[in-house]
Amino acid sequence: MPEFVLTVARFGFLILLWIFVFTVVGVIRRDLFAGVRSKSIVASPRGVGGAVPADRPAKAKRGKAARQVVVTAGQLAGTRITLGEAPITIGRAEDSTLVITDDFASARHARLVPRDGQWFVEDLGSTNGTYLDRGKVSGPTPVPLGVPIRIGRTSLELRP
Amino acid sequence: MTAPAVPASSPGSTGEMARIPGMKTQRNAELGLLAFAMVLVAAYGATVEAARIGEITPTFWVPAALLSILFVGLHFVVRYTAPYADPVLIPAVALINGLGVGFLRRLDIGDALSKKQAIPGIFSGIGGRQLAWTLIALILAAVLLIVVRDHKIVSRYAYTLGLTGIVLVMIPAVLPSSISEVNGAKLWIRIGSFSIQPGEFAKIALVSFFAYYLVRKREVLSLASKRVLGIDFPRGRDLGPVVTVWLLSLLVLVFEKDLGTALLYFGLFVVTLYVATERASWLIIGLLLFFGGVYLAYLLGASVGGPFANFYDRAQVWLDPFALDNYERFGGSYQLVQGLLSLGTGGLFGSGPGGGSPRFVPEVQNDFIFAGMGEEIGLFGLSALLVLYLLIVERGLRSALAVRDSFGKLVAGGLSFTLGLQIFVILGGITGLIPLTGQTTPFLSSGGSSLMANWLLIAMLLRISNAARGPAASGGGADRAGGGPKKAPAQLHGAMTEVIKP
Repeated sequence: MPEFVLTVARFGFLILLWIFVFTVVGVIRRDLFAGVRSKSIVASPRGVGGAVPADRPAKAKRGKAARQVVVTAGQLAGTRITLGEAPITIGRAEDSTLVITDDFASARHARLVPRDGQWFVEDLGSTNGTYLDRGKVSGPTPVPLGVPIRIGRTSLELRP
Repeated sequence: MTAPAVPASSPGSTGEMARIPGMKTQRNAELGLLAFAMVLVAAYGATVEAARIGEITPTFWVPAALLSILFVGLHFVVRYTAPYADPVLIPAVALINGLGVGFLRRLDIGDALSKKQAIPGIFSGIGGRQLAWTLIALILAAVLLIVVRDHKIVSRYAYTLGLTGIVLVMIPAVLPSSISEVNGAKLWIRIGSFSIQPGEFAKIALVSFFAYYLVRKREVLSLASKRVLGIDFPRGRDLGPVVTVWLLSLLVLVFEKDLGTALLYFGLFVVTLYVATERASWLIIGLLLFFGGVYLAYLLGASVGGPFANFYDRAQVWLDPFALDNYERFGGSYQLVQGLLSLGTGGLFGSGPGGGSPRFVPEVQNDFIFAGMGEEIGLFGLSALLVLYLLIVERGLRSALAVRDSFGKLVAGGLSFTLGLQIFVILGGITGLIPLTGQTTPFLSSGGSSLMANWLLIAMLLRISNAARGPAASGGGADRAGGGPKKAPAQLHGAMTEVIKP
């Protein structure tokens, strides 16, 4: 084997090794920011200045199904739960899907339930109430994407 | 509680996770990375043969191809049993494992050439044995993924696992030295030419037990505390388990003469405790206890000798490896110095795969594999390997952060920390940062126990990351959806909680 080939192989291997490391980092990066890209779509709730006109929420909903619920404010801010078929329970009780340690939250505060691809929020008789945007939730209420659900100091949003 | 107007969907079984269309599983990214990793392993093999033999044999690609078949097999098991698992874990570990096999084969080739023998076949020598171990380890990992469909069921067997772990740790200590002692450390069970290191498997069992125990005791440990000098100290009686584990690890240190394993178990427990309670005081107490114990062992070794003599020796070697009497003494610093020289010879870019002389370092296939590889791939390549280890640990901790039940959090956190700590202990030993102890380098060094145990660890992390990244399964809340009476979850492991407060 000529010396030149060996040198090329030697450094080529090291460079490939680092390219592998950076590819791995790239995959992790894509993974980390996978949810953030969708943020721009829902950053303006109620369609203010967003791509979705305010008077056509139903059509927008059909196009994008909610895939995760994100805690936007409160102690758990930043927590994401990927939505499946199962209802999400929210409250201070240890067995809730999302346990919020908030003085204004009840043990079993609220519940998110899917029906035909649409998520409904439902208050479970909490002391301080559940708010969808500014209105108090009294019965099962459909939750549009990007509209905050407020429970005590915690806010949640559905994201595509 | 209002009557539900929305019919609750049928609780999905947590075991069989149906794939939700449109959700990113990143499995194809995993396959791509895996292919890249195997190309690297093949390239390493080719470079070794070019440098060592002078030509590239037509079969240079066979080890890489065999490994690819094994890893792709595991990839498909993951695809069907844990579709949302972390995409980075398998390729990164596969690359390290593959390079390990490649390096061991390079040692075989080097040995055969120096004895003027024919080039050994792919399945002979330590390289071939490592290949076989990889096969067994991957089968074990796949079985774990298939059997354990939900990591929470592991907590049902927590006490059994805890007992198993302690027994595994203790076996070599009570066995006669002729069976259990290798190079002064009693960590082995040797039957003929076959030997296993039961302590490696104990790690996983103990992590599961600690996690279960701490999930139950978390509130007591974190809330009932006295404040002294601005640090929260727990009550005396809550210290019981910590002191027990501390004593256990000191017993390991004394009877098995192995500081590294002692440090591993103790660090593991302290960190799980810290993760569970968020009290920095546990870290402080743990470090004080450990360093106190080690210093005591050092003093006892200097004055009394006996079971502490081995540790005292190692500490002497660590304090001044280049002293002539340390270097020339039998069992002295010869190995450490050769390792340091080997790393130094490698320099920044190394002598190229196959271009070094790793056999100057004793035990280069086991504990000192980092020194041997460092000579050939240099600091530049070695740091790439270290970054890969770092990323594996990071992905494990990430799963711990994201998973929603506290048992999973503690298991994932504990397992990834153990992996990181083990790498620190062995690498710190080789580079002279801490006294040298006989730890294996995970996935890299030759040896079946280490490989099997660490692949099981990765399988557990894959399982937990699947739960962390997958869609929310119907947790404890679903069965109460009918407005029935509130009831506590039947068992602790059934509770889906977000317990570790941010």
